[in-house]
Amino acid sequence: MKKKSVPQDANTTYDGYGTKVVYAVDEAGRYDRVQSSGWEVEEIVLRDVVDDFQEKAESAKQRALSGQTSPIEYYMHKRYLDLAGLAKGIGIAKWRVKRHLKPSVFNKLSPSMLQRYAELFDIDVKQLTHFKEVL
Amino acid sequence: MESAPAFEHRHFAHCESGVLSSLFTHHGMALSEPMVFGLAGAMSFAYLPFMRLGNMPLIAYRMSPAHLIRKLPPRMQVKYFRKRYSNVGQAMTELDDFLANGQVVGIQMSVFFAPYFPPEMRFPFNAHNAIVIGKENGDYLISDPVFDTVKRIAADDLERARFAKGLLAPKGLVHFPLQMPSEVDLEPVIRTSIKKTVNMMLHAPPFIGLKGIRRLSAKIGVLQKKHDPKYIRHFLGHLVRMQEEIGTGGGGFRFIYAAFLQEAYQWLGIPVLEKASNRMTAAGDAWRMFALACAKAVKRKDDAVDLGAIAALLDECGEVERECYQLLKTLKKHKTVQPASIRVPSAACNSRGDLC
Repeated sequence: MKKKSVPQDANTTYDGYGTKVVYAVDEAGRYDRVQSSGWEVEEIVLRDVVDDFQEKAESAKQRALSGQTSPIEYYMHKRYLDLAGLAKGIGIAKWRVKRHLKPSVFNKLSPSMLQRYAELFDIDVKQLTHFKEVL
Repeated sequence: MESAPAFEHRHFAHCESGVLSSLFTHHGMALSEPMVFGLAGAMSFAYLPFMRLGNMPLIAYRMSPAHLIRKLPPRMQVKYFRKRYSNVGQAMTELDDFLANGQVVGIQMSVFFAPYFPPEMRFPFNAHNAIVIGKENGDYLISDPVFDTVKRIAADDLERARFAKGLLAPKGLVHFPLQMPSEVDLEPVIRTSIKKTVNMMLHAPPFIGLKGIRRLSAKIGVLQKKHDPKYIRHFLGHLVRMQEEIGTGGGGFRFIYAAFLQEAYQWLGIPVLEKASNRMTAAGDAWRMFALACAKAVKRKDDAVDLGAIAALLDECGEVERECYQLLKTLKKHKTVQPASIRVPSAACNSRGDLC
């Protein structure tokens, strides 16, 4: 990649967060570090993933509010986690996490288990136990 | 004493190679990021469809996390300190002790708990690398190589970042050089590290190296047989996300490796290294073309994606890389034209200024 071709697409993700560095060659073919405000391609694929998680979170939110799933599913998507990642993060088996997605099981979870979820999601326990009110 | 020692923050392309370049340079051995990356043998490719991240296969453009931290110090004859903790309190106390002694400390951390990261990038990714360089008013000062300037992080955020649970959990990893050698002959390290990379890319089992690239392109070619257009777009987007990890410039680390080969040529004076560097630059550009085509498909939300054309672009990446590795295979036939050793000035042998 030539220095003059290094994209400076001013990615929204970086807005206020500075630049990133890439390696590119000058006119003499010598490599150097070059600062970039981002490449549109990165933004497109990042948005794709973020939007997908947002959609899933929104759907989970509606189903949690209508009692079809537990708030855990909402926060899982909000935090870009999947079931396997969530299970590994909490340190329990996947089948147990799946059970916790059922409102009937979720409502009986111990305070310590709720605290573990809250810590992993970086939220307050109330955001799980008082989901409807807190949202 | 609670202030930052005389450490120079440097802005690099990639976290692990950037951290090691900063740490080694701080301790008197001026190794650039490309040299770190190349000498540690970080360059790689793996397509592991049997390992899933969400619904997606694992694709890697470099060796596993912490590979550079493990491999580089012994290759450069650097005595190195590495420690993981099970006790969080002990980990934070010892960090403070290291800092109080004027030591800057490499850490592994989760970006999820790093408020200085852009919100859309705060994924549950546990294998990020940075350097803690000081403490000020209860906050820690972080030299994170992928950012322009020194960052601050609150103590409890740092604690959570260092002890985040899940895949590739950091477990409070700390690391830094203990003692530098006074001089290292670079020639054998360059030759050995290149040989290992070439062997892996050309001769590793299926799914790794060029064979992995082939497999992936074959998979792309038949995606529509099993999957709907939405999944196909997510798949292509996923490939590019893995490739466009911070700092690779869309080249999947190929530009960094080309820069390494160029520097190796400057050290050893063997022309085939320069030729190989040029091929690797071309490979990086080929990867960018591939990424662009995938991104176009994702953006247009077009149900009729030309998967054959995209697979062909990926094959091109593999072929250009092959040319580079075939050139590097001939390296053993050539002698260096000049001595190539890196010296560590005695005044900078460790951060306390003791002589080597």
